[in-house]
Amino acid sequence: MQHKYASPKFFYTLAGQLTPWAATITTLLLVTGLYLALFIAPADYQQGESYRIMFIHVPAAWMSMFIYMMMAGAGAVALVWNVKLAEIFASNCAPIGASFTLLTLATGSLWGKPMWGTWWAWDARLTSELILFFLYIGYMALQASIDDPRRAARAAAILALVGVVNIPVIHFSVEWWNTLHQPASVSKIGAPSIHPSMLAPLLLMSLAFTFYFFTVALMRMRNEILERERHTTWVARVLDPES
Amino acid sequence: MPKLLKAVGCLLHRDLTVALRRSTDILTPLIFFVIVVSLFPLGLGPEPSVLKTIAPGVIWVAALLATMLSLNRLFANDHADGTLEQMALSPHPLTVLVLTKVTAHWMLTGLPLVLISPLLAIQMFLPESAIGTLTLSLLLGTPVLSLLGAVGAALTLGLRGSGVLLSLLVLPLYTPVLIFGAGAVAGVIADIDVEAHFSLLGAFLALALAFAPWAAAAALRVSLD
Repeated sequence: MQHKYASPKFFYTLAGQLTPWAATITTLLLVTGLYLALFIAPADYQQGESYRIMFIHVPAAWMSMFIYMMMAGAGAVALVWNVKLAEIFASNCAPIGASFTLLTLATGSLWGKPMWGTWWAWDARLTSELILFFLYIGYMALQASIDDPRRAARAAAILALVGVVNIPVIHFSVEWWNTLHQPASVSKIGAPSIHPSMLAPLLLMSLAFTFYFFTVALMRMRNEILERERHTTWVARVLDPES
Repeated sequence: MPKLLKAVGCLLHRDLTVALRRSTDILTPLIFFVIVVSLFPLGLGPEPSVLKTIAPGVIWVAALLATMLSLNRLFANDHADGTLEQMALSPHPLTVLVLTKVTAHWMLTGLPLVLISPLLAIQMFLPESAIGTLTLSLLLGTPVLSLLGAVGAALTLGLRGSGVLLSLLVLPLYTPVLIFGAGAVAGVIADIDVEAHFSLLGAFLALALAFAPWAAAAALRVSLD
């Protein structure tokens, strides 16, 4: 079954129309979110100004996991129903997800320096984020080493599904390991409740990151569609309208 | 059903025979395991108290690496001479055949690691009470390593640079087994109750037994396309 919306040619045009809208929403959300986060939200009574890195760190961490779920979900759709578009979406999720994971690790490290006094602590969440990063790298490496894009997509989808079953197990294991080994000197940052003046920018930033993800995914998918369908006449017409 | 059992028996017999004819294949990961563990005292100094603290982690990481090195030959030879395609074409479910192959692989790499581990434990000054725990944790953990590794081996079958790629895919998935396997041994040394560690290792084994052959069979079908 090849639905109209799932045909690469149709999607290429649709994505081209959606991209400017998604980009505009991303910019608006990002500007509002950053303004609220950096100027309006009050300084933390314990951490002072340096807690503001949270407005990047926490949404990036959410995105890193959200994108992996999207990737595995799209991979499952591609495997079961053989939808080309889902394959293209899944394979283009990986670099974006890996970037968000790296951003989480980098900001976590920058946040750790003033708070914990060290660039890196084997904190449970940081460690599972590091392993998530390794999973993304493995996914991309597997995909890069298979030449046939359809075979690559199917192999990578299986790996993503195995990974998705494993992520909760890994997370739980690391947390257990951490409570056994970590001395109590590392204080847990962030009280369970959060003031609305801090919650609003946090949610806005998460939305901004989500829209950023969709914008970049649409752009990447358009590129890959052109590359995959480069032997068809419609792509020739797109690339060289005069011919 | 009896036909399937017979096929499983034949395959197990065949895999074991082929491997035993080429006994260096079995010995190499085992010797690798021993060498890696023996390098640590050379790098860290022979202080028994230091070695005792790091021993659970060192032995477990070495077991992880040794298993990983042996994964290549799980499907590679059968893929090269076409046997694997015949298996995929046979009327028997590929999942069961994969499980059989993994069992043979574990008997030839996992089990020897388990059997030699008490020797390494003595070498690393593990207290006697912890030696049994180490062997038992490896006994529960190494089948999980073989099962998860089979998925990685099936995915990277016939790819260029598949050895390094395989480690990239498989090692992050091994972390829970490492945590609870090494954790059980360290727990016994620290006089903590380790029943939970063993329960969880057993749970991982059950989970891997249920899902890994299925995923590996799906991956094989993709690789054989």
